Amino acid sequence: MTAMPNKSFAPDPACLVQVSHLKQYFPISTGFLKTAQLKAVDDVSFDILKGETLGLVGESGCGKTTVGRSMLQLYKPTAGDVWFDGQKVEGKEALRAFRRRAQMVFQDPYSSLNPRMTVADIVAEPIDVHHLCESKKEREERIRELMTLVGLNTEHATRYAHEFSGGQRQRIGIARALASKPEFIVCDEPVSALDVSIQAQVINMLEDLQSQLGLTYLFIAHDISVVKHISNRIAVMYLGHMMELAPANELTRHPQHPYTVSLMSAVPIPDPRESRKQQRIVLQGDVPSPLKVPSGCPFRTRCSRATAACKETCPAMREISPGHFAACHNI
Amino acid sequence: MSMLEVKDLHTSFFTPSGEVKAVNGLSFSLEKGKVLGIVGESGSGKSVTAYSILQILTSPGRIVSGSIKFNGEELVGKSEEEIRRIRGNKISIIFQDPMTSLNPTFTIGNQLREAIMLHTDRDRRQANERAVEMLRLVGISEPEKRIHQYAYELSGGMRQRVMIAMALACEPDILIADEPTTALDVTIQAQILELMLQLQKELGMAIIMITHDMGVIASICDEMIVMYAGGVCERGTTDAIFYHPMHEYTRGLMRSIPDMSDDEKVRLIPITGTPIDLLHIPPGCPFAPRCDRAMKICLREKPREYWVGRNHLSACWMNVKNNACFETRPEEGYEEAEE
Repeated sequence: MTAMPNKSFAPDPACLVQVSHLKQYFPISTGFLKTAQLKAVDDVSFDILKGETLGLVGESGCGKTTVGRSMLQLYKPTAGDVWFDGQKVEGKEALRAFRRRAQMVFQDPYSSLNPRMTVADIVAEPIDVHHLCESKKEREERIRELMTLVGLNTEHATRYAHEFSGGQRQRIGIARALASKPEFIVCDEPVSALDVSIQAQVINMLEDLQSQLGLTYLFIAHDISVVKHISNRIAVMYLGHMMELAPANELTRHPQHPYTVSLMSAVPIPDPRESRKQQRIVLQGDVPSPLKVPSGCPFRTRCSRATAACKETCPAMREISPGHFAACHNI
Repeated sequence: MSMLEVKDLHTSFFTPSGEVKAVNGLSFSLEKGKVLGIVGESGSGKSVTAYSILQILTSPGRIVSGSIKFNGEELVGKSEEEIRRIRGNKISIIFQDPMTSLNPTFTIGNQLREAIMLHTDRDRRQANERAVEMLRLVGISEPEKRIHQYAYELSGGMRQRVMIAMALACEPDILIADEPTTALDVTIQAQILELMLQLQKELGMAIIMITHDMGVIASICDEMIVMYAGGVCERGTTDAIFYHPMHEYTRGLMRSIPDMSDDEKVRLIPITGTPIDLLHIPPGCPFAPRCDRAMKICLREKPREYWVGRNHLSACWMNVKNNACFETRPEEGYEEAEE
């Protein structure tokens, strides 16, 4: 296992994606001629092995979506590097190649599909953008292939997005992401807008596609049981910082960071007897505003174990057991 | 006698393309001081059930037939004026999205006072005191200051607390919570659920918890109803349904949620197909087209509810076929078979 966030950087052939010291700040107007920096992602490093699924969890506003987006260079990162398959993503040529090989599936299957385009055109857009098909016939064949791959009826290719249910729309979004034959897909809350019975269908499909096509996923979601199910490793974020990163079973069973501990204890267990036994650690208060991140450790204002040191310096990620990283002074 | 008794409720929306039967023959009862969960997918009729009880259905929706009795008093067919005395006073509701259910142009205090003054004979000053007291009760710090703030100045969790304060200001007998924590993060959800349970114990009210999250049901509900396409699949105590599900839809739901306690990667078993179109409800069991064990009769005739345990009813032909159900409530000591 790699993921050595604070060591000097070296490309690792086992990793498909390596992110080092990624920062994404947004200027926010706070009054007349006044701006502040919103630190959506502040110094986050991790890597994703070839063929694995890395889960990214955290509460709303913690920066998990921003990590996905700035990794794919949908925003220009304020600082930090992204390495893909041993190459630094930098410059026009590298970016163009990277954008074909890395794709994204969005959360909202309603607003992420253009209502004026037919399913065929939506699915084929990456093909057209990257000129991946020589002829019209080849393009059509590819569309049919992609629709079959995600379990859509190929006869529906000329329909518009509004004619489909939420689950089917998400399948269209996935077909579009697969169109450019990517190796890496960022799945940003791909099932949270779907009903439970449909959720399971889409999760199973993502798993099948991964083994069929050898894909690597970054799976962003707030539903921890779903992330635990699909991921090999899980990273936890809070207020733009990464708090903990560990193999999925290890993180859910033996969380080390106080934030992860309370997060895990808050997940409702769908079993009445287990639920009665559950010891909830209810956090006090709300998440602080990302414009006013506390000094030192961002979690200290809600942490029961906070000490003076937590106020002084922001703890760095360190390996507390093989493959298990956490950023806390008190572990 | 139960506090709330709903019998064979039918609520429809009369749209230009036809009648949408949102609630299609629903019956249940709620005892004093109990927490009842209603679980189902979107479009299963859970929210419409809540709106029917409070009669806040908007056109073209209306109650077609059935009875809703509150403390023995029939609510269906009451005039708007009569229902207003109960709504917000005896039965109140909190909605899913606290941002859209609070008025952005009035202060929190203004909206709380309005609810209190409408239902009690407190004057403005007394209502203000009550508003501060309620905000303190739901765990909002510095309530004297908050009362002058607007909804946009509060976080999602805070807004939901304000909604709860407003719903509880008149000490209702029943609180209907329509997906109160769906828009919130898990740590805030834990805070709100804990608060609701604590207030329920202190004030002795009953709660109807509408949710799609089996975890929420398991953690706070005494009883539950599983709804599909406007009807009841099964209802009973939470333990009975979780440990002895007697309907294929419930079994399917439980198999399709990931289990956190699994160490090995287990494949989920989804329910195949998509929910039915409420404009064209088939004659038989509404779940039959998606059910793996559907028989001929399931497609032909709609099953009615039979007793399958001491505190457990289910509407599934499979139970009739297996002789696992009764016309009348089983005697004390009847043990349900383990799933």
